[in-house]
Amino acid sequence: MAPKKTTANTASTANVSKDELLKYYKDMLLIRRFEEKAGQLYGMGLIGGFCHLYIGQEAVVVGLEAATKEGDKRITSYRDHGHMLACGMNPDGVMAELTGREGGYSKGKGGSMHMFSKEKHFYGGHGIVGAQVPLGAGLAFSDKYKGNDNVTFAYFGDGAANQGQVYETYNMAQLWDLPVIFVIENNQYAMGTSVQRSTKSPSLWERGAAYGIKGEEVDGMDVLAVKEASEKAVAHCRAGKGPYILEVKTYRYRGHSMSDPAKYRSREEVQKMKDERDPIEAVRSLLLTGNHATEEDLKAIDKDIKVVVNASAEFAKASPEPALEELWTDIYA
Amino acid sequence: MAIELLMPALSPTMEEGTLAKWLVKEGDTVKSGDIIAEIETDKATMEFEAVDEGIMGKILVAEGTEGVKVNAAIAILVEEGEDASNLSASEPAAAPAAAAPAAVEDAPAASVPAKAAAPIVSKAVEPDYPEGTEMKSTTVREAIRDAMSEEMRADENVFLMGEEVGEYQGAYKISQGMLDEFGAKRVIDTPITEHGFAGIATGASFGGLRPIVEFMTFNFALQAIDHLINSAAKTLYMSGGQMGAPMVFRGANGAAARVGAQHSHCFAAWYAQIPGLKVAMPYSAADAKGLMKTAIRDNNPVIFLENEILYGKSFDVPVLDDFTIPFGKARIWREGSDVTIVSFGIGMTYALEAADKLAEEGISAEVIDLRTLRPIDYDTVLTSVMKTNRCVTVEEGFPVGAIGNHLSATIMERAFDYLDAPVINCTGKDVPMPYAANLEKHALITTDEVVAAVKAVTYR
Repeated sequence: MAPKKTTANTASTANVSKDELLKYYKDMLLIRRFEEKAGQLYGMGLIGGFCHLYIGQEAVVVGLEAATKEGDKRITSYRDHGHMLACGMNPDGVMAELTGREGGYSKGKGGSMHMFSKEKHFYGGHGIVGAQVPLGAGLAFSDKYKGNDNVTFAYFGDGAANQGQVYETYNMAQLWDLPVIFVIENNQYAMGTSVQRSTKSPSLWERGAAYGIKGEEVDGMDVLAVKEASEKAVAHCRAGKGPYILEVKTYRYRGHSMSDPAKYRSREEVQKMKDERDPIEAVRSLLLTGNHATEEDLKAIDKDIKVVVNASAEFAKASPEPALEELWTDIYA
Repeated sequence: MAIELLMPALSPTMEEGTLAKWLVKEGDTVKSGDIIAEIETDKATMEFEAVDEGIMGKILVAEGTEGVKVNAAIAILVEEGEDASNLSASEPAAAPAAAAPAAVEDAPAASVPAKAAAPIVSKAVEPDYPEGTEMKSTTVREAIRDAMSEEMRADENVFLMGEEVGEYQGAYKISQGMLDEFGAKRVIDTPITEHGFAGIATGASFGGLRPIVEFMTFNFALQAIDHLINSAAKTLYMSGGQMGAPMVFRGANGAAARVGAQHSHCFAAWYAQIPGLKVAMPYSAADAKGLMKTAIRDNNPVIFLENEILYGKSFDVPVLDDFTIPFGKARIWREGSDVTIVSFGIGMTYALEAADKLAEEGISAEVIDLRTLRPIDYDTVLTSVMKTNRCVTVEEGFPVGAIGNHLSATIMERAFDYLDAPVINCTGKDVPMPYAANLEKHALITTDEVVAAVKAVTYR
């Protein structure tokens, strides 16, 4: 089930400007460096509990966000740091939430799995596998009810794709023509159970056909392919044609969470993906071979991102723990 | 041989109905399976099919007659050649109580509402509306619908979603007429997928709408409970106050009558346990209306626990443009000096009946309806207990982790020195609900048990 080997050189670069490529590169690199830093802080005991890193999957959210406009909504599971950074949330606020500090997006009360931003239309951050799918359809319901043309991206994994509520939601989303894009981030492993060990379905997106929902499989290691698919799905939804499914084939380099012994796959398998399919390396290669940037330019970008990430870590360490009174706030509106 | 046709029971809780229309006339030949009449219950208009064959000899109950008791003779079928002219019902047809022993004597849940008229005469000590307000007799069912309709007229973002709420006019007829008034955009029939539509509605509330989700009964909400608790109740806190779920989950809760273990479960104590939720469980129609309007306007997820047996009961409801009742304010239904009886929802029928019986024996009971279980009006309970020095709690739910347990603990912590006897919790029995009528009667709380508990705490 691993994605077919295609090199970055084969990715379509037609209609992609230098500026776009640079933006995708920066956005993906920010997520990767941020996650590496989060892993580091976890090891230092500054981040507690569950922490699910997005490393390897960066092209998914960056590609999908490329087709959004103001007012579009997104909702995902607990592997949510990448989604937040991709939709423009402040790395300082995200990192400070990871460390459980007052400067975090949820004032330290949500943690890695539960962050939200009304301003950026990011609706969490949900810890019960699959629950974000009907919630996402509900966000789309609210846009349709209000009569605007915004769409909602409801992200979930290959593991959640076996939850019953996903199919209840498919049924109603199609029945009511809800403008929701179901994004199955198929990173091949539901915690430690590979897709092949959870289902005999040859593909996950095709299950939508039972409800009349269109969809397609996308190479999630190729940000340009993801962007193209996102544009198509968004156009479908904005036109009032109902939901759309994108099964984005991706791969997580790190464990399910920080405490994953990784006995369910070989080191070679992981290394091969890193060597051959890395989404950031692919864009880097396009930038260089297309003479859009020099090694020096990219080094400067790397350096800028490190500054941003280090600053977020410093902010997250310096921000005080929430006041004890916060225990009793935000229970009722 | 003449055959009596009896008024059929067309739902588990039906006790009487309206003979809306005869579709045959005297002298007509009737075949098995023919639709011979239309009968209107409090839930729906149903067709009445003939089981036996014969000739319609005599129609005993004219069409348009209201309040025809279940099992009352409504017509007589005769065989060909039989003389129908002198026929009358074998037992006086006008003795429906005798003709329906099952409904009145053996079926406990059904027997309760039959006597539920009594509490209406009990005077509320602290009325929720100005003295002299015009009152109108209204069923709990109509009160809930009126509240939803008023709020939907006032706020475009309020909508109703659930199974059979639209074209069917409500499985329990709560939303009758609402589809016509508000249209399919705002009165939305869902497929039978509680988990899914509870999640969609919660997401819609995150998106700025104010959904009312009807669960046909709260038994089915077990399929959806993750969204009620993990998604709706906790998001405000998890988001540091950025977004929450301003919505209402409502529907019938607790035992109806003879519907067995999976359809007879009171969830009051379950939901009352969850920070982030508010929980209302009204008894009277006025409370149902006033609390429902408050629930819809509340910016938090509200669990609104209704009761099928109470739906058809009539109470006086104030005729006011905008009648609301705040959450967290109990109602003292009758004042008393010897004991405090605290209850809520259908438990109030037992509490008030018991108070009437106790009064005959010279025991003066103060009866408090909590009305909301989160927040709970502790002060009203404690003030009363400090006066009466004795307390009995009454609820239909299971005994372990009951609301009464929590009240007992609170009273012990805050009014221990005022107590002259241990608090007794009257609850449903610690068993799944049985189907057999006699067993069901004993599984539920009874008025006699409340009376006995009061006598125990008053040492009488």
